[in-house]
Amino acid sequence: MALLHTVNKSPYQCNTLESCLEHVGEGDVVLLIEDGVYAAVKGGKAAEMIARAQGVKICALSADVKARGLADKLVDGVEVVDYGGFVDLVTETDKTQAWL
Amino acid sequence: MSEVKNFLYVNRKAPHGTIYALESLEVVLIGAAFEQDVALAFLDDGVFQLVKGWDTSELGVKNFQPAYTALGDYDISKIYVERESLEERGLSEDDLLELTYEDEDDDWAEKSSIRIVSREEMAQIMRDADVILSF
Amino acid sequence: MSGFYEVNGKQVPHDEEGYITNLSDWSKELAEVIAKNEGIDMTDEHWEVVNFLREYYDEYQIAPAIRVLVKAMKKKFGPEKGNNKYLYELFPYGPAKQACKIAGLPKPTGCV
Repeated sequence: MALLHTVNKSPYQCNTLESCLEHVGEGDVVLLIEDGVYAAVKGGKAAEMIARAQGVKICALSADVKARGLADKLVDGVEVVDYGGFVDLVTETDKTQAWL
Repeated sequence: MSEVKNFLYVNRKAPHGTIYALESLEVVLIGAAFEQDVALAFLDDGVFQLVKGWDTSELGVKNFQPAYTALGDYDISKIYVERESLEERGLSEDDLLELTYEDEDDDWAEKSSIRIVSREEMAQIMRDADVILSF
Repeated sequence: MSGFYEVNGKQVPHDEEGYITNLSDWSKELAEVIAKNEGIDMTDEHWEVVNFLREYYDEYQIAPAIRVLVKAMKKKFGPEKGNNKYLYELFPYGPAKQACKIAGLPKPTGCV
């Protein structure tokens, strides 16, 4: 059973990413959206948190990455997906937990 | 004429995710019409407002980043950015917009408005302001 | 009251103050229509200001406040055009307001 976790808050503003990463399981996907994408900025404290998440795929939504000027600032290992890719993730996983 | 006060706009929120950044910018531009001494502070997630290279086309919202570069036209020449906030987020001054103003006292030379300050200095800047507006 | 400007048989919607609703609806013909509505006959001098405002908006995504407009006009065209008197003569009901309306821009930020 695989879960899709969406995180839409900045990791520097509240602890949703932290809490999310403490609840993920093998095979799960974490999709960073809206201000959640700031977690994937290379060299940031939150990027270290992401790097520690083993066996979990981390994705970031392209529209939100570009809107914030982060396209060339993301840490390695984060897969950028577009809206179509978002839909694919929803269908490929069994259900979605939104960390609001 | 009434006494000129110094206003400090404190920005602590990332753009797009909430309306704070845009609202703050609008208030700053409107407030600038009153010819007060205005300074802007960016700390915590507020530093993300100044990260250059926004492309909001996929998001379907107006890109209001160019408006920050008009701040110099509105005589806003003091933009304080907290170094610790940048570093925690993997950012440096090179990642920020170039914001400039023309110095009236120096033959209108174009100068950078951005001043990177420490957390300690930021605390002092807040204490020194007559009025603080928080976003 | 909101309504429409008529341009070449086409209806272009505007808000209750006369600012067009969709900035992409703007055309030179529409500008003439809005100007007429404001009681202004467009001369080269009027166009200079209107075009300048459109360029400013294009670069900064905001309609400048009057003080900023005056300063920027002064820089580009010199003091004989970059002053309040000149701009108010062209646009008696407020250069930023009237000229922005004719230029198809939103109401200026900081227009009090």
